Parts: sequence; C-alpha cells; structure tokens
Amino acid sequence: MAKDDRAAGAGTRAAELANVSVESTVALLRELVAHLRQQRTVLREEWARRITEARLLTAMSEEEVFAEATSVYDNYVEALETGTFEALQAYARDLSERIIPRGVETHEVVGIVLLLRDVLARSLFAKYREDFAKLNRILDAYEPAANSIANTVAVGFVQERERVIRQQQEAIRELSTPVLQVRERLLILPIIGVIDPQRARQLTEQLLRAIRTNRAKVVVIDITGVAAMDKAVANHLVQTVEASRLLGATVIVTGLSPEIAQTLVTIGVDLSEMATVGDLQGGIEEAERLLGYKVTDLHEMTQPQPS
Amino acid sequence: MQVPILKQGSNLIASIQSSLTDTDLCQLRDALVEQVGRFRAKGLIVDVTALDVMDSFAVRTLRDLAHMTRLRGAETVIVGIQPEVAFAMVQLGLMLKGIVTALDLEEGLAFLDARSRAGDGHA
Repeated sequence: MAKDDRAAGAGTRAAELANVSVESTVALLRELVAHLRQQRTVLREEWARRITEARLLTAMSEEEVFAEATSVYDNYVEALETGTFEALQAYARDLSERIIPRGVETHEVVGIVLLLRDVLARSLFAKYREDFAKLNRILDAYEPAANSIANTVAVGFVQERERVIRQQQEAIRELSTPVLQVRERLLILPIIGVIDPQRARQLTEQLLRAIRTNRAKVVVIDITGVAAMDKAVANHLVQTVEASRLLGATVIVTGLSPEIAQTLVTIGVDLSEMATVGDLQGGIEEAERLLGYKVTDLHEMTQPQPS
Repeated sequence: MQVPILKQGSNLIASIQSSLTDTDLCQLRDALVEQVGRFRAKGLIVDVTALDVMDSFAVRTLRDLAHMTRLRGAETVIVGIQPEVAFAMVQLGLMLKGIVTALDLEEGLAFLDARSRAGDGHA
C-alpha cells in the first residue's frame, strides 16, 4: 500500500516536471537571456580572451575581434530570445563576406561559435551551481538553441565561401580563354592550366566565333601552359582543328611539352591532320608565311651600302 | 525550294537561302554537276551561310557533289559554315575530308582566283 502511494507520487511528480519543463522553456529562455544581457560585458570579454588564447582569427587585430565578438554576442542573444535565425543568418553571411577575403578558415569560425557556447554554458553553471535541477532545465532549453545557432553560423559561412569559390571559378573561366588577334587575319589562342571537357568546349566555341568575327585565316593554338592532356581533351583539340578548317581557317598547334607529346603518341590520338610547330615563335612565323607576310630586320635594310 | 545558280566568270555560285529537303539537295547536286559541264566552269562555290543545321545526308550530298564536280573539271568550295554547325559536324564525325572550305563567299572566290592563276602559270 505504502509502496503504491510512493509510486503514484513519483509518477505525478514526473508528470508535473514534464509539464513544468514544457511550459517553462520559454520562461527559462527569457531568464537565460536576461542573465546573458546582464553579464554582457564580462562574458564578452571572457569570450574574446578565449578566442585570442585559442589563436583563432589571427588574421584580425584584437580590436576587430572584440568588435566582431560584440556584434556576434548580441546577435546570438537575440537569436536565443526570439528563436528565429533570420537576423543571425543575415549577419553571418555579412560577416563571412567581410572575413573570407582576409583568409579566415572554416575551423576558426566554427571554433569561435563553439567557444561562445562554452563560455555561456560555464557562466550558467556558475550561476545555478546551487540549484542543480534548475541548471538542468536551463541547459535543456539552452543547448538545442545554442546548437542551432552554431549550425546556422557555420552553414552560413560555408555557403558564402562556396559562393565566392563559384564566382572565382567563373571569373577564371572567363579570363582563361582569350582569343587574340596579333595580325590581320591571324589569331592566337594561348591555353593555360587544366583543360576539362567543359572548358575545352568553351574554348572551341569562343575560337570558332572569333574566327568568324575576325575573319581569321590562320589560328595559332599555344598549349605551352597545359601540363597534361588526356584522350578526351586531345580528341577535342583535333575536333577544334577540324571545325576551324570547316570555317576556312588553318590551325597551327604549338608548344607541345615532351610529356604531352609522349602521352598523345602512347594513347594513339590521330594527329596526322594537325599542323604542329615547336614553340609559339615558330608557330607565328609559320602563320605569317602562310598569310604571305615577310618580316625583315630594319637595321639590315638601313645599313649604308658599300660604295 | 529552288536554289539560284549564278555564273561569275569561270565560276558557278550556288547560294542556299533556306533549309532544304533531301530531295531539294539531290536536285541541287544534279543541276550543279550538269551545269559545271555546260558552262565549262573551273570552280563552284556552295554558300551554306543560311543553314543552321547540316545533317549527315546534307554533308554527304555536298561531299559527293564536290567529288563529282572535280571529276568534271571544277573545284568545289563550301563557304559560310556557321561556327555552331561546324562544331556539331565534327562531333558527329562529318569532316568533309579533302574538300575545300572557306569563311565566306569572298574567301571562296579568292581561293578559286588564286588557284586559276596558279594554273595559268603552269600552262
């Protein structure tokens, strides 16, 4: 009988506890936020100190770290209070935009957010040391919110970084395919770096269009800056030469490195249709010959004739 | 769709104005092979600037045309292949091997002129 009573009593208490915890998460968070607001100066300084100690954000000066720490702190507390992450997200994106060019790494950003989480958790421990049950409930309310905040900031940073990388790739792609006219009806296409199928395709399209607009008769493709070439790319090059011929232009390929020459012969790409010359200078000379130009040394011409 | 065939000096010029059916292409080929003999033409230019697409049949017909006219004493130059068409052609393996191509009509005429002048020199 007595045992039953106790059991019933324990059940009720557990139910009450559950009830209380559901009801008071909001209240607890409010209390938490009030505590964090009140302790703002101390905690913020503690956090900035721990950041310096852990040698994070070394790319920034101490004042900058402190200034950023202050705004992160305020945004953090606000996110805890409102439970919405839009403002924090926007801030994280903005922050990432500012610090990525300065070489701040992902681990640093994640590191500082986790440090803040630790600093705040410690301060909660200190405050509620006497009341263990309450500390437990406070942490129950705090931890999920803190984790989502850390998540939001980290994801925001990585996304911004990826955006920057994509943008740079795009820029490189744009920059890396210049088709230059060096003489009337003579184009040069220097290729530098790695050629992947997508870039090869883009190169071909640009070249064919340039042949048409510049009315080119001879094109010199210089691949001195290409380190390696596989079968797909080599075949693409052959196709480019062939397509240029259909537009009435002769293509001369120059600057094949020994490695590429070996690869091409080993993998058996049919290069019989391709005119190749050792270096760019030779290629341009050959092209000038095809176009009917003749380059002469002016000094030789102006030298006084023996009388 | 009838393709106009113009005579200019010792050359014939066929300027294709719109996309042609396979029958049109065959008719054009037959007419050109016949007229090359009739006008004693030395050169023939086929202008395909207006074509956005060239399928394997069209390419084969043009190639055959070039070989046929060569047998009848005239060199054929295909001019005005669009960049996109050129790239699509090589991807499909339609290379027009052994056949002269030029950027546009002017280039094609220049090529034929140079060729006939070189021929005169030999004669």
